[in-house]
Amino acid sequence: MNIIVCAKQVVDASEIKIDSSTNKPILEGISKKISDIDKNAMEEAIKIKEKHGGKITVVTVGSADAKERIKELLAMGADEGILIPYPDKHDYHVVSTLLAEAIKKIGEYDIVLCGEASTDLFSGQIGPKVAGLLNISQITYAQSVDAEKNKVVAERNMGEESVTTESSYPVLISVTKEINEPRLPSLMEILGSANKPINDWSAESLAGGLEPKTETVDLKGISMERKNIVYKDSLDESIGKLVDNLAKEGVLG
Amino acid sequence: MVLIYSDNKKLTFELLSKGSELSKDLGKKSTAVIIGKSDDALANEYIAYGADSVFVAETDVDSFKAEEYAEILEKVIKETDTETILIGSNKNGKELASRLAGKLDAGCIIDCINIYLKDKKLTAERVVYSGNAIAVEQFNSKPRILTIPSKVFDPLKKDDKRKGNIVKKKIETEKSSSKVLKVQMAKTESVNVEDAEIIVSCGRGFKNKEDIKLADGLADILKGKTIGCSRPIAADLKWMSEDHWIGLSGHKVKPKLYIATGISGQIQHIAGMRDSGIIVAINKDADALIFKSADYGIVGDLYEILPKLTTAIKDKMG
Repeated sequence: MNIIVCAKQVVDASEIKIDSSTNKPILEGISKKISDIDKNAMEEAIKIKEKHGGKITVVTVGSADAKERIKELLAMGADEGILIPYPDKHDYHVVSTLLAEAIKKIGEYDIVLCGEASTDLFSGQIGPKVAGLLNISQITYAQSVDAEKNKVVAERNMGEESVTTESSYPVLISVTKEINEPRLPSLMEILGSANKPINDWSAESLAGGLEPKTETVDLKGISMERKNIVYKDSLDESIGKLVDNLAKEGVLG
Repeated sequence: MVLIYSDNKKLTFELLSKGSELSKDLGKKSTAVIIGKSDDALANEYIAYGADSVFVAETDVDSFKAEEYAEILEKVIKETDTETILIGSNKNGKELASRLAGKLDAGCIIDCINIYLKDKKLTAERVVYSGNAIAVEQFNSKPRILTIPSKVFDPLKKDDKRKGNIVKKKIETEKSSSKVLKVQMAKTESVNVEDAEIIVSCGRGFKNKEDIKLADGLADILKGKTIGCSRPIAADLKWMSEDHWIGLSGHKVKPKLYIATGISGQIQHIAGMRDSGIIVAINKDADALIFKSADYGIVGDLYEILPKLTTAIKDKMG
């Protein structure tokens, strides 16, 4: 079974602060990581490989420092990494086209796995868009995946419904956070991953003259202004004050 | 043409409101799309809610499959000379819009909370970075696809006197290689947290499923009594059904009072409740993130606080 995992490097959104003078989010100097749900996709790929054998290739479109993050996925169990550095201008269209072209170049694949959305922008369009570009079937929001030899059966979390879907290969599957608990690689695995290859594929070599279809023209910070009053008296007094204030706010009845 | 589609009727009404405004600004007409069996009553309703016309794509496809629906919409777009497509941002709508964007090589913006023309360019705003920022995105190509979540735009007032064309056309599709084996209602307790006025929400600070009754007790004496929860309670421990789940991948709520008990305040949870009126946090960890997002907080053991708070509120309300 040949599995391709699309993974994105993101900034850790929980560390983002808003610059009060410009009202813009400060994105520099924030730690970066593989988007959490893409790690769930990686874990699922490993489980499928453990059952059927095969090869796992990770593809990332991202900045040069994403190489360090790809190493984490190699340590988890991927066999090979491919990093496509961001072209100067990029949007969802550019990234999904590059992923699709990279997948075509890899050639033989049964399953493309990715997270339902990345934790930074949470758009969730890359997976189904890549499936559309490749013209293969798609199973989104998978909360469980059972890969058999010639077909895959997945349970999809559709909110009020759970939909069980079957597909032949090749198929793109996007997973939800609930599907599994990503493993932490051991020290031996981390050391062992140093020998696994990470290839650089240029955007130009995959799809020349690619232009974005959309452009982010502004990023406005939303500051969360709250009173932040924490009562530190005895419990009874604290509760008394809280209830008084809630009554004053007019939210109790 | 501005094309409007959702498999949810109420959401379509909301899209029609924005869609008719946009089509005026763009000097175009709006067309609502119905996929499946011809339904004149529904088509007339769409016209009454603002559609200039309705395109019924007649097909024998029985259940939603993004692969087939994307192909149907692609054909409708060609038939109708469409440049702008608005799709309802529920789970089906998002994967449909994204796949369609792939097939059409089109720009796509998901979960728009505002759409307008700026410098003659179609511009959309969406929330990014777990609710910390709004990205303003502009299209520089056509066709362009936008998805809109429910409750972002108010529907127009229904006007049964409005007139519009209803076009019906049989659309053939290639069968998808995926098939739906089973549809099950997820275990729900028919709770609608999104409409609740007051929410008492439970997190990992609860040690046992049975202890949730402490939150129930508090919610019971408050009007609008609804219980919410964070991800671990619904998704991992399954102590509550997912209709209680508040957060980035759960429900987004805006009650006038939100009481977070035993919730640490992960950014994913905050993203689901940050628009609440007053936020109260109860947590035994003074450093818990939740206090940063709260108006009022008490540091302490929820097992001790909840019964006392319930009594105190009961007394206050008489």
